[in-house]
This record gives sequence, C-alpha cells and structure tokens, in this order.
Amino acid sequence: MIKNIMRLVVASAIAVFAAPIFADGHGCKISARVSIVGNEFPAIHAVADGAKVCKGSEVKANLTADHQKINVAGMSGNPAEYTSAIIANSSIVALMNNDVIRPLDDLVAKHGKGLKKNQLITINGKVMAIAFMANAQHLVYRSDILEKAGISAPKTYEEMLAGAKIIKDKGLMDYPLGGAYKAGWNLAQEFTNMYIGHGGEFFKSGSAEVSINNAKGVATLEMLKALSAYMNPDFLTHDSNATSAEWKAGNVAMMNMWGSRMGPLMDPEQSTPTVVKTTTLGDPMTVGGGSTPATTLWWDGWTVAKNISDAEAEATFKAMMNGINPKRLDDKMMPLAVWLIEGFKPGPANVGVAAAARMNAIPYPMLPYQGLLHSALGSEIVDFMQGKEDAATALADVEAAYTAAAKEKGFLN
Amino acid sequence: MINRSLKLPISLKVSISIFIVFWLIIAAFPFIWTLWGSFKIEADFFSKADWMNALFAPRTIAEKGGAFTGDGYYGAWVQENFWQAVINTTLVCFFVVGTSLTIGTLGGYALSRSSYKYTFWLLITALIFRAMPPITLVAGYLLPFYEWNLWGHLATTVIVLVAINQPFTLWMLHSFFQKIPKELDESAKVDGCTQFQAFRHVIIPVMWPGVITTGLFSFLLAYNDFAITSMLLSQNNQTMVPKIASFMGTTQTEGNVMFAVAAVVSTTAPLFIMVMFFQRQIVSGLTAGAVKG
Amino acid sequence: MKHKTFFWFFLPTASAMLLFIALPIFSIVIQSLFTPHDAVIIVTENCDPFGCKQETTIDQEATRDLRKSEPLGKFVGLEIYKDRGHLAVNEVKEIWIESNNFTEFKKNIGNLPFYRAMAFTLTFTFTVTPLMLVFGFIIALAVNSLHHNLKGLTIFFSLLPMIVSPLIGSLVLFWMIDSRGIIGEALQYVFEDPDLSLKASTGLTWVMLIVYGVWHAAPFSFVVFYAGLQTLPMDTIESAKIDGASRLQQVWYVVIPHLMPLITFVALMQLMDNFRVFEPIVGFSAEAHAQSLSWFIFNDLGGETRLLSSAATSSVLTIIGVSILLFPVLIRTWRDFNEKSAK
Repeated sequence: MIKNIMRLVVASAIAVFAAPIFADGHGCKISARVSIVGNEFPAIHAVADGAKVCKGSEVKANLTADHQKINVAGMSGNPAEYTSAIIANSSIVALMNNDVIRPLDDLVAKHGKGLKKNQLITINGKVMAIAFMANAQHLVYRSDILEKAGISAPKTYEEMLAGAKIIKDKGLMDYPLGGAYKAGWNLAQEFTNMYIGHGGEFFKSGSAEVSINNAKGVATLEMLKALSAYMNPDFLTHDSNATSAEWKAGNVAMMNMWGSRMGPLMDPEQSTPTVVKTTTLGDPMTVGGGSTPATTLWWDGWTVAKNISDAEAEATFKAMMNGINPKRLDDKMMPLAVWLIEGFKPGPANVGVAAAARMNAIPYPMLPYQGLLHSALGSEIVDFMQGKEDAATALADVEAAYTAAAKEKGFLN
Repeated sequence: MINRSLKLPISLKVSISIFIVFWLIIAAFPFIWTLWGSFKIEADFFSKADWMNALFAPRTIAEKGGAFTGDGYYGAWVQENFWQAVINTTLVCFFVVGTSLTIGTLGGYALSRSSYKYTFWLLITALIFRAMPPITLVAGYLLPFYEWNLWGHLATTVIVLVAINQPFTLWMLHSFFQKIPKELDESAKVDGCTQFQAFRHVIIPVMWPGVITTGLFSFLLAYNDFAITSMLLSQNNQTMVPKIASFMGTTQTEGNVMFAVAAVVSTTAPLFIMVMFFQRQIVSGLTAGAVKG
Repeated sequence: MKHKTFFWFFLPTASAMLLFIALPIFSIVIQSLFTPHDAVIIVTENCDPFGCKQETTIDQEATRDLRKSEPLGKFVGLEIYKDRGHLAVNEVKEIWIESNNFTEFKKNIGNLPFYRAMAFTLTFTFTVTPLMLVFGFIIALAVNSLHHNLKGLTIFFSLLPMIVSPLIGSLVLFWMIDSRGIIGEALQYVFEDPDLSLKASTGLTWVMLIVYGVWHAAPFSFVVFYAGLQTLPMDTIESAKIDGASRLQQVWYVVIPHLMPLITFVALMQLMDNFRVFEPIVGFSAEAHAQSLSWFIFNDLGGETRLLSSAATSSVLTIIGVSILLFPVLIRTWRDFNEKSAK
C-alpha cells in the first residue's frame, strides 16, 4: 500500500521533469572518430557502452577517476584528443572557463530527436551539454532503530539531532549518525548543502566576491559540528564509500547520503538482511526553520569538444545520443541511476532524489568560481570540525583562501 | 665476507634471529593478511563490525557456501582482463630497467671517472631535478603529449619513467662506481684500451652488485608507479597499478574492491616466484662482483 | 677523463633529463610568475534539468584577443609566492604585529596552510630519515650474518613493504588501522583505551604516518647497505680484529666509514622523498591532520577549477625547500669531491 503511494508520488514528480518529444533511434552509423573521457562509475560505463555500439568508425572511451585532471588538456589541442567529455554541473565549469566545448544547438536540431527539453543544459541561451542522469543527497534511516527509539523519521536536521541523542542515550548505538564528512570535497559538499538549507548566498550578487562569513555560515558550521558529535570519531576520513560500508555493517541509524548509493544499500547480496529490510529512504531534510531542503541537485551529462571537425562533432553527438537511447534502458541499465531519459521508471531506491526535485531543492551552482570556494571550504573548515578554532575564524580563513585563489584565476582584482 | 670472518657467539646469533623474525613479521604481515583475505568477500575482509570476520568469514560462508572463494580472482582475471595489464607492466618494466641501466651506467661511470668541477655541478643539478614533484611534471606533459599524439602509448610512459628516474640511477651508480678502484681501468688504458673498451672489458665484469641493486629499484619504480602511469596511459595500455586503482574507482561497486585485493596479490605472486627461483642468482649476483676496496 | 669522452658517455642520460625534467621545470618557473587574464564576468540565463535561473558566466569573447596576443597570461612577478596559499607574507607580518607572545604567534602562523604543512613535513622528514637509516642498517647487518640458503627468502620478504605499499597502504593498511581493524584493536588492547582511534587525533595520525614512512622506506636502505656490505674490505676487518676491536667497534670504525658514501646517498634521497611526502597522506585519508607541499599541488591540480599557477609556485617552493634541506649534505659532497679531484 505505502509502496504504491510512493510510486505514484515518484511518477508524478518525475513527470514534472518531463516534456517528451518522441523517441526514435536505432541502428547507429557514424563516419568519424569518437573519443570519450569521463568519470568511472557504472552508469557512465553504460552510456559509453551504448556509444561504442555505433558502427562505421572507432569509438574510444577513457573512463577514469582522474578524468578532471586530463579532460581540459585532452580537449585543448587541435584537433582535440577527446571529442566528448562526460561531466556534472560542477565540472562543466572548467570546460566552459577554458573554452573547449562547443554549442550544440544545430546538432540538437538535426539529431536530437527524443531528447526532453529538461535534458538540454543551456548557458547564455546556447545548449552546451546534454544531461542524462540526476542525483541528490537525502535522508536514509533504519526503520527498526527509529521504532525502538520511539521516534519518527526526521524532517529537519534539528529533529535528526534530537533523534540521535535518544538513540545514543537508550544505548541502541554508539554513533547513530553517518555522513560523508571526509576532509576535502565531501565535507565542503556538506557545508554547501547546509548553507543552502539555511538560505545562505555564497557570493555577493553578480560578482565573484565571497560572502559566507555571516550568521548563516556560523549556524551551518555549528550544525555540522553538532551532527559530527554523533558520528564515528573517524568521520573526517569517511567518504561516501566508507559511510556506505558503515551503513551496510549496521553501525548507523540515520544519514544524509547520495541517491545514487541507495541501490547497493538495499541490495540483499551486498548488505546484511536486517539492514536491507529496514533501510528506508526519506525526503531531504530542512534546517533552521527554512523551507529549502539542505541538499543540492546534480546532473551528469555529456559535451562535445570545440577543437574538432564538424564531421567528428556530428559523429560524437550521434554516438552519445545512442548511449542514452531510451531503448537501451533495460533491466540492467535502469537501476544504475535516476535517468533523465524518456522511459525511465523510478524504483524504490530513487524516491529520495525525486523528493529532492519535488521539494524544489537548489541545483549545485554552476558558477565559474564555485569550485574554488568548494576547495577552500574543504581544507579550511577542518580545523573548526576538530575544535581547534571557532566558527568565525574558520569562515574568515575560507574567505581568505578563496580570495587568494580567485585573484589568481582573474575572477577578482 | 663479514659473516665468515666473525664467528658469532650464540647470544648474538639468537638475538639476530629474534630480530630477523620480528622484522619479517612486520614486513610481511600486511601482505599475508591480504593474501588470506583475497579469498573472502568484501563484507568479511573489510568488516566494519569485527575484524575476526576476516578470519572466520561468516558472510563468505553464508553467501558462497564455503570459507574461501575465488571470486575476486575470477573477476579480476577473467571478467576484467587483468592479464592485459600484466603484459603491459612486463613490457614497461623490461624497457624501463633496460634503458635506464644502459644510459645510467654510461653516465654514472663517466661521472665517477671525471675529476673536473662540472661533474659535481652535474650531480647537483640532477639532484635538484629529482626534487621536482612528479605530479607537477606529469601535469606539464599532458598538453604537449596530447598535441603531438604521444599520449596513451607505452613507449611514452617508458621514456618518461626512465627520465624521471635518471637522477636517482645516476647518483646510485655513481656511488657504486666510486667504490671500484680507478687503477683497474687506468691500467687497461695504459695497455692501449680506449675509455669505452676499458669500461667494457674491465669495469662491466665487476660492476654487477651496484647495477643489480640499481636495477632492482628501477624495476620497483616502474612496477609500482601510479602518478605517471595513471595519467599518461590510455585504458588499453594500463599497467597493473592504475588498473587496480580503477577497480576501486570513485564509486566502489560491491565485489570490485575484492578484484583489487585479488589483483594486488596477483601482482606480488610473480615477484615471489621470481625471487624464489632466482634467489641464488640474486644473492650471488649481489656478492659475486664484490671488489676489495 | 677527457671532456669529449665524458660528453659522449653522458649524452644519453643528459638528453633524457633535459627534455623531460629541465624543460618542464623551466616552464613551471615561468608559469609561477604568470596568472590567467582577468575574466570578464557576465550574468546570463542558464537552464538545467531543474529549471532556469540567472547565473554568472565568463565572457570568453571579451578576452579572446588578449589571450591570443599574450598566451602566457598576466605577469604578476612574485605575487603568487607571497599570497596566502604560499608564503603569506602580509599575513605573517600582521600576525607578528598582533601577537602578544611567541606561543600566540606560533598558533596563528599554524593557521596558514603553508606553515602548517611545513610543521608536519619537517617533523616527518627529520624523524623518518634517521630512523629508516638505522633500521635498514641493522636489518642489513642481521641478514648478512644469516645462512646462505635463508638469504633469498629473507631479502624477498624484507622488500615487501616497498613492493606492495602504494595500494596496500590505501586499502588494506587503512582498514587494518581502523578502530575496528586488527591493528587498531590490538592497540586499544595494549593501551587499554577502547576509544583509541588512530585516525581521529592529529598526534596519533602523525605517529601513524611516521611509522608507515619508516616501514615503507627501511627496505630501501636495507638493500643498498646490504649490497655495500658485500664489498667490505676483509683485510681491514681482520686487522681490526687483531687489534682487539670489539664487534661494536668493528662496526663503528670499519663498516660505517666504508658505507659512508652509501649512507650519504640514502640520506640524500630520503630527505628529498620525505620532504615531498604525499602518498601516505592520500592513502590514509590524513588530509585533515597532515599536509605537505606535494599534497597542495595535488589539491590545486585535482580541484574542479585547477590552480595551475599556484601548483607551479608550490613546485618551485618544493625545489627551494629541498635545496635548503640538502645544503649540509651538499657541502659534504663538495668536500669529498675536492678531495677526490685533489688525489
């Protein structure tokens, strides 16, 4: 019964995204080389495999965790080594900043049948990328533990804190909360979520000048620290992998985790039976009385290089379109991600991401200098999390580190 | 040999044995642990609940029906074609060791036999070169390599590894050559040999301990390198270490981590067999050319 | 050796180094003096799967001509060297003025990334280097006294920390030292502290990294010293024995002086490698507690927006740091060299 209602909710939430044109596309023939660079996880492998099906010319794919270190260099030459880079909303910025990807409007008009309007990433009126999957962090909880503690699924981070205290006091778990708080990118991501949840603005409007050293920034840090008190003391070394492992081992009762990680948590082959049975997905939480969920929406998509011949660009576009062809969404590919592709049927592991979209969560900012702030946050708020300095000092440090970096990149004078 | 000239008293022998055993345990324990764990599933070997699970493997028994499973090896070798990486590593190691020893012995020998001031400055420059962090060097290579279509090939990686390791090789061989008395080649030259002939006929036969040791380090460098190989090789040409890292990926998929563990064991096993097989040659190689200083 | 002969002997190795090390170093020094041109930021409407909104973007057209005519970017001299991410000249001055006493000064300086990294790097370098030298030397002496048949096996096992370290370090060791891993629990048992976690405290993380550093590097000094022991002059040892030297004295007065060039060599390489400590920091996820210049470079190059000038500057600072560190050893080498050429 509950499952059916959930499915209905999900379907309608996803339907909001959708404005389908129509799907077509089988038999993919290309006449020039295609070379893809991208990150390394199953959903991206599935897309690259689809591109490789194309006949007529060679399709190469270099999928590696180091993709961000090589994609700009590999697309800067003329002709570029890579004709397509698979990126996300945070990483498209580097390609835009270095001016190595081309507008796709003409190719979309010619070969873009079946693309939904929301798949087109437009910057300044030009289509620069085609999105194929979405992701977001949201609440996951263990229904059995919450039941034993006599609490309901938290709607806000304040409730989560209170719940954690009850679980700990009742002796149900030593460290009831989990989270990807690893120093660096992960911790900065959690700050970003929480700061958005508090309604904060990262920059003075229309400029690259940072402004996080304010009451909202302090509240954000205080909340992160309060949560970390209920986490495994090693939390600063826990990335998503380690946090998922803690969850699977049954050590954690509540956490804010990526939607893309839910499948494995609920897979009986990968986790202990009790954990699988009681792992329940919740909506993203809000914080500080705000209505915007403290999470960010993400998309992954592909781009086409600028410094290649038009024939190569066309071949690349066709091959990548085949990679995200709705016909390829079979039982194997379907559960790999929250696909933005026509014909995607959300499963029980996808309700959290759908909820984030429904609750009007804010997409991770696609700003040229957001990455610099992210790096600065990742290294400078660590001291605060360890109790070595106060929140205001930490935020001042972040601003100083960001300003030095932004000056170097020419964003600030 | 020191051991033959110094007849050891029992007490010293015992303490040496204890020390060696202690050291071997420290050195080998993580590896033996990994070897054992490679036959388990991830939930046991990397158990977040209790490390004893790695020993008794309750989840492996529950899922695979036995306390040992070869799934990690099957996945790495059959599913993910790990053999391809093994071939690549073999090629890279062979050419790196060969090239770097050839040009390194020539250079190191020359440095040790020339007494002009510039040899000192050359050695110092080489040292400064070595101070450069490899990640910066690699980041610098990327653009020209892509531009000139050199990126992704094994040959490029071999040359880069040789070049980056040259300062180390030079320094090491230089110090070994200094231990070989100059009178040896001087007298050969008096007998009418050119410098190269003196090198070939007099020095080469006695240089092996140093060269073998240096070769060992070149080999280990090529075998173990991650910073360079992960950035400069295309997926088909990947050597073992970046391949193992790709099993782990950004999003560790269940089971793939065990591929990595199995692969780590697999990469060490051939070395083990090699050393066992050639141990006499290695030990006597290290000793044979020993010269009186 | 004649100049000409020397040239031909040295040419192959020199050309490899010039092409792949000297040239990149040159371009990196240049890079550290330039930054990208000032970006022109415009507000545009951007759309993604979740809707459209006003965001800022870079106007590529605006600076295209400028970038073409000055492809190196904007010349800034030593600005990057002096900024907060590196030597932080202005910040240090301010802290100097504002701090009331030395402890406060030290604490505030520790808040600047460069100096914080130096604190760890230097501690690491000056503990690991001597420890690994001593440890490797003892292992070499011990292995050398073993029976012939045992040597091969012992050598192989002694090399294991070097062979398997990079990946084992990040995967297996990291798990073993977890507070629920085998080593972690053993330590909790030994110190009778059930909450002990190596990963959670800065001090313990440093100890862990140092122990790992010694473990990983000891085989290197072991093998070099072992090979060196094989060339030990027997007659000197014999005469020392006849003179009634004890075993310790033989080691101190004969073996160590004989190995001195090798010890210098290993020390040089280790000082350098330890100053550039990087892999263990990433492998053990120790970023929160310990950083190094190499880690900064990695961080600058690995971020979503890559800071090339900053990475170049950190690289040049590494070279300068290594040069300062090696200076005493270099002086020694210089003296040895002069003796050699005087002979």
